[in-house]
Amino acid sequence: MFRNQYDTDVVTWSPQGRIHQVEYAMEGVKQGSAAVGLKSKTHVVVASLRRPQVELSSSLRKVFKIDDHLGIAISGLVSDGRSLCRYMRNECLNHKFVYDSPMSTARLVRDVADRAQVATQRSWKRPLGVGLLVAGYDTSGPRLFYNCPSGQYYDYKAFAMGARSQAAKTYLERNSCLPEGELTIETCSIGLVGKDLNFTLIEGQSLQPHLDAYKAAEGADDDAPGDGGGGDAPAATPMETS
Amino acid sequence: MTIIVPSGTGNVYAGSGTIQHPSWSPYDENGGTCVAVSGNDYCVVASSNRLSTGFSILTRDESKIIKMSHKCVIATANCQADRKTLQKTLQTRHIMYMHNHGKPMSVAAMAQLVSNTLYYKRFFPYYTYNLVCGLDEEGKGAVYTYDPVGSYERTGYSCEGTGKDLIQPVLDNQLKASSPLVLPAENWMTALPMDDAVDLVKDAFVSAGERDIYTGDVVELLIITKDGVRTEHLDLKKD
Repeated sequence: MFRNQYDTDVVTWSPQGRIHQVEYAMEGVKQGSAAVGLKSKTHVVVASLRRPQVELSSSLRKVFKIDDHLGIAISGLVSDGRSLCRYMRNECLNHKFVYDSPMSTARLVRDVADRAQVATQRSWKRPLGVGLLVAGYDTSGPRLFYNCPSGQYYDYKAFAMGARSQAAKTYLERNSCLPEGELTIETCSIGLVGKDLNFTLIEGQSLQPHLDAYKAAEGADDDAPGDGGGGDAPAATPMETS
Repeated sequence: MTIIVPSGTGNVYAGSGTIQHPSWSPYDENGGTCVAVSGNDYCVVASSNRLSTGFSILTRDESKIIKMSHKCVIATANCQADRKTLQKTLQTRHIMYMHNHGKPMSVAAMAQLVSNTLYYKRFFPYYTYNLVCGLDEEGKGAVYTYDPVGSYERTGYSCEGTGKDLIQPVLDNQLKASSPLVLPAENWMTALPMDDAVDLVKDAFVSAGERDIYTGDVVELLIITKDGVRTEHLDLKKD
């Protein structure tokens, strides 16, 4: 395969704009035993298949409690997973000690992702070989995240990873209500800045009036202004911190 | 040169004629009394909820007891700042223990941890008087009593705090157990049934509340048995 030329270390790009070592790490996750996560309006569930390496041995634990409100399921290199588990437990404990409240899921997930990213940009390190399904319940409700060896993290309604997880993914997709591919407040964000306007991020509910106006303009098909924004900028929404 | 001492004591430097008193103390005496009595299959822990400073009341509603698990609690008297940090530190260590061992700490293990944590700050102590209580591995009641730097022993009953001198002799007399002052060490666990022990502790608090200005408002009682921890509240005079 031609890509062998550019896959010696993690600090080399391929001409196709890929970093093969990171992709190989993600391949490692796919080889691990399956784990599935799913959330409802009030709860999150993660489950993992405990597949023993050898007939005679016991299987490794793959679901871990991080804190009272947070747990993970791992797939891939279990030792990397346990190391992350130790880190996450420590972070949650420190947060609780300092702020007297449980750490929010998204913030912890972001910290884990930032640590994973470091390993993708140092010549003397290797990317982590484990995928994390993080299930948490905090003030923002039930959350399900997937942490990738690349350092990326994704917010999911439902997800499956590991060996033969495609079947699980397909099943989940078929049985969840997914929005159609159109512009909704969940599928787009707007940022604007200009003269006398500080950088403003419009996301979530504050997007709704703009989308409505856009749809009205599309539907009306007359010479109404293209968007609802005229002179005054909408009230700045606080940037989402997690 | 600053020396860290509880307020009210002076410093004497050998060879110098002057006595220096610190103008600010990192400690504050916040008062309150803690009592614990253990029996064959129970442990009663009680503490007053009044928080004071000087001659003022800060609040009538501050608990001194932290529940570590279904079989271990820690009651801490005196400096509230040190109590909060100490209890938080111990709770964090307990959660780490549970993560690593998959089960809560035994009372004996917690007792040792408390002692080590206190001695760690031997030269800037937690100005706290602790009682570590619960059920031991055999299901019998356990009470461990401490000084501020971690010296501890297991006894059948104990009290700490501003009302200690008022309550301790009453317990010695009434619990029909050998006094911890008698050597060789005997079994100081009381033979009293649980309800009698609870009533005795309540009576002791009512009496202490009469004479000790720092004890009053509400007494929080935790009764630990194999079925878990039950909480009661007893109103005291608010004066």
